[in-house]
Amino acid sequence: MPLNIRTYHELTEADRSGLVDQIVAQRRRVADRLAAVRRVVAVLSGKGGVGKSFVTAGLARALARSGQATGVLDADFNGPTIPALLTLPVARCRLHDDGIEPAVSSEGVRCFSMALLLEDGRPLAFRGPETEGHVWRETLEAAALREFLADVAWGALDQLLVDLPPGVQRFQELTELLAAPPAVLAVTIPTPESRDAVRRALRGAVEREATLLGVVENMVGGPFTGSAADELAAEFGIPVLASIPFHPSDDVWENVVSKLL
Amino acid sequence: MKFLCVECDRQMQFEERRLPGDGTLAAAFRCPTCGRVVALLTNPMETQLVASLGVKIGGTTIDPQPMEIVRGMVVTGKEDAFDEERERGAGSGPAWSMEAQERLARVPGFVRGMVKRIYRDYAKDRGIAEITPAVMDRARSELGLEDM
Repeated sequence: MPLNIRTYHELTEADRSGLVDQIVAQRRRVADRLAAVRRVVAVLSGKGGVGKSFVTAGLARALARSGQATGVLDADFNGPTIPALLTLPVARCRLHDDGIEPAVSSEGVRCFSMALLLEDGRPLAFRGPETEGHVWRETLEAAALREFLADVAWGALDQLLVDLPPGVQRFQELTELLAAPPAVLAVTIPTPESRDAVRRALRGAVEREATLLGVVENMVGGPFTGSAADELAAEFGIPVLASIPFHPSDDVWENVVSKLL
Repeated sequence: MKFLCVECDRQMQFEERRLPGDGTLAAAFRCPTCGRVVALLTNPMETQLVASLGVKIGGTTIDPQPMEIVRGMVVTGKEDAFDEERERGAGSGPAWSMEAQERLARVPGFVRGMVKRIYRDYAKDRGIAEITPAVMDRARSELGLEDM
């Protein structure tokens, strides 16, 4: 006689653990915090070393100079560079009833980064069992992303730029945490190899129904050859927002801002 | 995660959680009809995975703390990353015995402010005038806090 075992969803009695309710509460905290943020922009590439953080920082400073209330969430937890690129002052993180205060650049860009928290020169490492760390490490990084979104007192922002690490994993985590998919700004260098990697990332963004703002081509006029930005723009029907030379002047960023707003 | 008493066809209810301190977790569930109790035992990796999600089997025992997972889990954080003196409500509340202060001082600076606030709120909620190591032990046990 087989056992009669009801399924998970058939059990509907209230449970003290309330695990689902705990997850819902986490998501609500993110939504509440971002209610005053007009637009979240994911800066992604899918490829490492193309200058996502450099573009993010240059763009954030230009946005702030143009009067946009701008924040940068440095989601590259293992290689955080945004504080250095924004030349943020060295200071301890201050806690308030409303959360943790972001660091603020001289232009007024509000920023939070793992670099503000980690000991100099040490990698991001978590407490926990030494074996099988791959099982829970990505989950912990996703939790850190959620806390950066929900627990930093971002305040009212016109633009919150999220500087993503290479790959598409963090973009997917970000999308799952937000009520609506973020807008996406892609960064590439001219080469076909970069084009291919960025194409994968952009296809992932399209599958998640994100709005594609355009593509920025970085390191133009140097040793890298190709026409990655033009090809991606044609394929996805998006504009090339800028071609950034190796040593850009500030007006390069101002031009991108005028196309984004 | 739910438990079903197949014999009674009833959903079992969470009863008690224990953290032995070795990274494992024990959670007991009771059938409301027949009273049978089963225990869920997780190994350190499974315990860590649940903790990584920011959820607690048996329900939350403390209010959400700002960046509690980052502060509680990162071991390479700066000792002085957070401005403790400006922590919410710092300077108010119960007194700390010398022994409790010494014990608190052994907590890494990265997470110390959060730990201090959890103990302070625990004592305040229960009308405890002075926080001692015994109070800290009781709070750890009641709140299900490990490594604090």
